[in-house]
Amino acid sequence: MNSSSAVVTGIGVVAPTGVTTAEHWASVLAGKSGLGRITRFDAGDYPVRVAGQVPGFRAAEQVPARLVPQTDRGTHFGLAAAADALTDARVNPQELPEYEMAVVTAASSGGTEFGQHEMERLYTKGPDWVGAYQSIAWFYAATTGQVSIRHGMRGPCGVICTEQAGGLDVLGQARRLLGSGSRLVLGGGADASLCPYGLVAQLSNGGLSAEPDPARAYLPFDADASGYVPGEGAAMLVIEDEAAAAARGATVYGRLAGYAAGFDPPPGSPRPPALARTIRAALAEARLAPGDVDVVFADAAGTPAADRLEAEALAEVFTAGGVPVTAPKTLTGRMYAAGAALDVATALLTLRAGVIPPAVPVTRPAAGPDLDLVAEARPTAPRTALVLARGHGGFTAALVLTA
Amino acid sequence: MTAFTLTDLRHLFASNEGLAGNAEFGPDDLDVALADLGYDSLAMLELAAVVQREYGVRMPDDCVIEMTTPRTAIDYINRRLTEVHAA
Repeated sequence: MNSSSAVVTGIGVVAPTGVTTAEHWASVLAGKSGLGRITRFDAGDYPVRVAGQVPGFRAAEQVPARLVPQTDRGTHFGLAAAADALTDARVNPQELPEYEMAVVTAASSGGTEFGQHEMERLYTKGPDWVGAYQSIAWFYAATTGQVSIRHGMRGPCGVICTEQAGGLDVLGQARRLLGSGSRLVLGGGADASLCPYGLVAQLSNGGLSAEPDPARAYLPFDADASGYVPGEGAAMLVIEDEAAAAARGATVYGRLAGYAAGFDPPPGSPRPPALARTIRAALAEARLAPGDVDVVFADAAGTPAADRLEAEALAEVFTAGGVPVTAPKTLTGRMYAAGAALDVATALLTLRAGVIPPAVPVTRPAAGPDLDLVAEARPTAPRTALVLARGHGGFTAALVLTA
Repeated sequence: MTAFTLTDLRHLFASNEGLAGNAEFGPDDLDVALADLGYDSLAMLELAAVVQREYGVRMPDDCVIEMTTPRTAIDYINRRLTEVHAA
């Protein structure tokens, strides 16, 4: 399969750093954080106090009125980002063959806030009070389905559930679809789990930060790393075959040059974690050497053990300190299925702008291999970016983007 | 008992936030497909649940097959109300 010709022609973003792509990029370049104390619900009784919440999003202005009460907040984000991505790509889906346009999104938990509301009705009022739309609003494929219906994109649609790796895995799937008859794929991720049910469901993995100070809660690669902060939002990309994009005169953000997925061995296994191997496989597919990579967008799990594994994998492939590493997700929190898709959007904007955006500065580097962490915006005109993502349970993905 | 009317149907649609659609239909629209007014099959299941709660009659799931226009929906609901009151 010739999969090296997939290009990105449109970007849509709804994030704690901004509800448009331009707003997000301005925040990222300035290192302006979207993290704060949780205000979407009373989090006083929960061990997690800080999150990345999307500010100033008005569903009624972004989502068809009929769909607002019928879908979850995560789907609202996904619908808004999808529409923005199509507009950005200057694509009108009504002018293209409906079966040649596909939608693939990543989801890590489905419509938790919608589901919580319906469960409240179930146990306070009874089963007759559970709305019919619960049947479609809660589940993983809800965003894909609503985006597909709204824009009449009826090609191969799907959802990928590999937790935070999903935002890269959808792009791997998008490339496969371009090779099998789809001319355009809308791919990305959307998640919004900042409700009691969503937060409690995530607490069990032990990775969430209990630090109440928004400036200290998410410090990946720092000796004071205490876990990650949850975030919400969506990022959607329009992916097209390069020749088809050129034929319609589309503006290209960059190329999906290489992708690979791996899966970690079980805890206690003598086999190494999958990350280094996955990075090498993505580079090999892109026909690039480690020295060709100008910047790495780290997974930045924020827990000491996971951070160390990532630093060791980077040192193994690139030598210690051998490549600039950034983590703009320190400004948004980890956005689950949307997080890596947003990292890809940010990486493409990085290639376009010629400036590597900063991660939150590390004040006391954690023990382990050295990292060249980008603490201030670095104008080095990068041409190749590597985006990494690891999902809870061992999902691992790497994507190489070229300008 | 008072019959279920077009006004009642419009009221049910308009007063439930999950039933967003075009509730402005009038007597001239009695035979327009509910789908064309913005009410899909899930909306009709939602409507059935609202009728159950507000009128106290059971509405079987297959009611969506019969309720395809405002007229057939009004007729169907009236039949259910009559059956319940006759029982």
